[in-house]
Amino acid sequence: MATVNVNLIGLSREDYKGRPSTLCRGCGHNSIANQIIAVAYEMALEPHRVIKVSGIGCSSKSPAYFLGRSHGFNSLHGRMPSIATGATTVNNTLIAIGVSGDGDTGSIGLGQFKHLVRRNIPLVYIVENNGVYGLTKGQFSATADQGQTLKYAGVNELPPIDICLEALAAEASFVARSFAGDPAQVRTLLKAALSHRGTAVLDIISPCVTFNNHETSTKSYPYGKAHEEPLQDIAYIPYAEPIMVDYEPGEVQLVEMFDGSHIQLKKLDPESHDPTDRMAAIQLLEEARANQEFITGLIYVDENRPTFREVSRLIDEPLVSLPEDVLRPSPEALEMVMNRMRCC
Amino acid sequence: MNDGAKSAEQVSPTKEGEPIVNDFQIIVATVNGTGSQTANTVLLRALFRMGIPVNGKNFFPSNIQGLPTWFTIRLSKDGYVARRETSEILVAFNETTVFDDISKLPPGGVCFYPAEWEIKHTRDDISYYPMPVRELVKASSTPARLRDYVANMVYVGSVAAMLDIDLDEIESALNFHFSMKSKPVQMNMEVVRAAYEWALDNLPKTDPYRVERMESEEGLILLDGNSAGALGAVFGGVTLIAWYPITPSTSLIDAAREYLKDLRLDPETGKATYAIIQAEDELAAIGMVIGAGWAGARAMTATSGPGLSLMAEFSGLAYFAEVPAVIWDVQRVGPSTGLPTRTSQGDVLKAYFLGHGDTKHVCLLPSTIAECFEFGWRAFDLAERLQTPVFVLSDLDLGMNLWVSEPFAYPDQPMDRGKVLTAEDLDRLGEFARYKDVDGDGIPYRTLPGTAHPLAAYFARGTGHNEAAIYSERPEDWTANMARLARKFNTARRLVPKPIVDEVEGASAGLIAYGTTHHPIVEARDLLHSQGIEVSYLRLRALPLEDTTRDFIARHERIYVVEANHDGQVASLIRMEYPEYADRIISLAHLDGLPLTANWITTAFLEKEEAR
Repeated sequence: MATVNVNLIGLSREDYKGRPSTLCRGCGHNSIANQIIAVAYEMALEPHRVIKVSGIGCSSKSPAYFLGRSHGFNSLHGRMPSIATGATTVNNTLIAIGVSGDGDTGSIGLGQFKHLVRRNIPLVYIVENNGVYGLTKGQFSATADQGQTLKYAGVNELPPIDICLEALAAEASFVARSFAGDPAQVRTLLKAALSHRGTAVLDIISPCVTFNNHETSTKSYPYGKAHEEPLQDIAYIPYAEPIMVDYEPGEVQLVEMFDGSHIQLKKLDPESHDPTDRMAAIQLLEEARANQEFITGLIYVDENRPTFREVSRLIDEPLVSLPEDVLRPSPEALEMVMNRMRCC
Repeated sequence: MNDGAKSAEQVSPTKEGEPIVNDFQIIVATVNGTGSQTANTVLLRALFRMGIPVNGKNFFPSNIQGLPTWFTIRLSKDGYVARRETSEILVAFNETTVFDDISKLPPGGVCFYPAEWEIKHTRDDISYYPMPVRELVKASSTPARLRDYVANMVYVGSVAAMLDIDLDEIESALNFHFSMKSKPVQMNMEVVRAAYEWALDNLPKTDPYRVERMESEEGLILLDGNSAGALGAVFGGVTLIAWYPITPSTSLIDAAREYLKDLRLDPETGKATYAIIQAEDELAAIGMVIGAGWAGARAMTATSGPGLSLMAEFSGLAYFAEVPAVIWDVQRVGPSTGLPTRTSQGDVLKAYFLGHGDTKHVCLLPSTIAECFEFGWRAFDLAERLQTPVFVLSDLDLGMNLWVSEPFAYPDQPMDRGKVLTAEDLDRLGEFARYKDVDGDGIPYRTLPGTAHPLAAYFARGTGHNEAAIYSERPEDWTANMARLARKFNTARRLVPKPIVDEVEGASAGLIAYGTTHHPIVEARDLLHSQGIEVSYLRLRALPLEDTTRDFIARHERIYVVEANHDGQVASLIRMEYPEYADRIISLAHLDGLPLTANWITTAFLEKEEAR
């Protein structure tokens, strides 16, 4: 009898799968869904503790295609952040994974996105960024390259919105960019994001094979494969696993995450980026934008910024578990309030 | 506000020279932002403490400072609390409106005004009472920088002197207002006393109006509907509030914050057992509420018309994905910004159908602050039982004005958390389909995120789905699901608060009203009764409509639906619901930003009856 591999909590990879994808074959989003499955399996996440939330669009469909044993909410276009805010505020034991797209986040949902980031709601916020509207057949999104030509939409005359810059402007505490064609990096960044204290923004270039996968698009597989410039060699070291440092001093940067795990960043050149420096992160993104460089990796991380729940001084216990005698004040309490308002 | 002296039937008949006791209306005309609200509520509260049935209404502009504002205090020994078109006693504290204000006084009326204005006494049928405001304030020990604030206390003292309001009750009201802080109380009271004594010494009383202590208010409370609704939500176990500021709903959230701070901090840690989130807009506010409701918390928002519009898409989603939520709509006059500080019942159809693609919602329609409290907690039971958004349609008049009420009754049943399956339930059942009608009432079972069971998870979605919550575009799945939602809505008919019926034997006409329109109806029926005309009355307390209403309509030849909107929204809804009776439904709808009056209702009713 063939043995089935199981993880630390006795679940197989199969237990983390979802329903069959209805997205196009080769879609970057399917690759990302597969990395989420792999990471959840490897990190031995308890499926019932995970919630998957999304907005509307191709990307937002994908939570149906991973973690079938986790609750999901496919909400409204651009409104996933508010659903995530409500759910995580009342139940802080949940691990929230949000999946959005460039239309969902960069256009209709830009406001909710920035306010979620500003509140530092604990959520892995994945933007599956392909620069194009797929379900409505090929309009430019707000992240499309300036000057790019599409069959349906003609020439894009407007500059792109940079999701990572928007996140940083809103005081994001975790910003990373990756490429669906670089699954190893996607997995490592996902693990780091899942260990992060607040909102982790993952802007993943995820090519649309049907509408935007040609050489002239920076959101295509050929372009990504040819031009991706990783900022670091990144490794994730789970909590309680020994950190083996076999590099020369200065070659490696270790970032301790909120849950006690570490991210190990091996510098690829001596002048490489320090992801704990916010100003440097902004400069890095602006320069990459100006020079049309496709940089990937961990751009910024700050494990000290408290979450919305923390600054709101809520009790540690999840609000959804409070019993009726806590939720509903006593008859004496009502009598006390009434007495204050009485006539005589 | 004064509409002029046209409604003679509202002014109590009196013989020449006889006093009129506890049956008149005071109107205070001031400039917005001058702190008159303290003086007005102190007068109101003092009268309330004297046991006299009172109702205060603030008619204020959408403005921070400078525009005219009016506050009416109706005293009614018979207990009528509706707006009255005529005010007999004017406190003229706004120089720009004074002549207009005076022109609206009925014969025999009274005008208090600052003596320094030296206005001409153009009417010989009213009493003029000048008050040396500047002089009295200057003579007081109030520091110069605070003089403007206490100037209003001159009219409090003068009115108290001329109407015989107990100064001890004024002091008690000030103590209440300033939370027993002696310094501001003393400072204000000094001016009140000075004005009181000056008036007694210098103003010969030439009007018939005065007050007398009554026992009728003993044990009663005085509160605004927004505070009452907030308190109801607190006793309904509200756990998350997400909102965006909008008049006239903002004070509901402010009140909730205060009550929650008082009643729901964890005694050990001092930390909150609730969350209040000021969202970036109403779309986010309702989204947070729905996220929290999906996760299993009692969550609510409060808004008004424009905000309600922004909640439309999410309301449709919550209806279809079947997520509990409570939405308070404190109605104001729209469309658009409309008259943002004036009252209306203009959102009923909008709320009832809010969404897109065949949605209908449960709406609760409170008439009194006691119902604001009751519906405040009951809305959560209904939302969780029915797994759907529940709208509470209050209005500015109810929400922001002060009303007398019996103390609120503690919830008479434990919280109904609805059909929620735990991990143990799932073990026992061995299967779970989120949208399956197991019990035949259209209400499916749900699980909450975090439920530790392999069967627990489902995918909440606005897309077409089958019983197992799996994406489906099959026509039969769509129609089956919508048919079940219709069954659920029929279940809602049995669960919502029933109408209150006061049927008169043999009456051929019946009135239907809801919300604050109830108050002038009570008075209008008495006016009609005094003319020998009897009409039945049904007060709706919720939508959807149910059999009580249909049966009531069936038993009357003519049904007048009275409401404060332009288009007769509930009249339309009733016609739509009961087409067999459509021809007996007559709309009496009126909207000018002010609460309806008994005078308007009786006049409109009699016109229609005579035109028959």
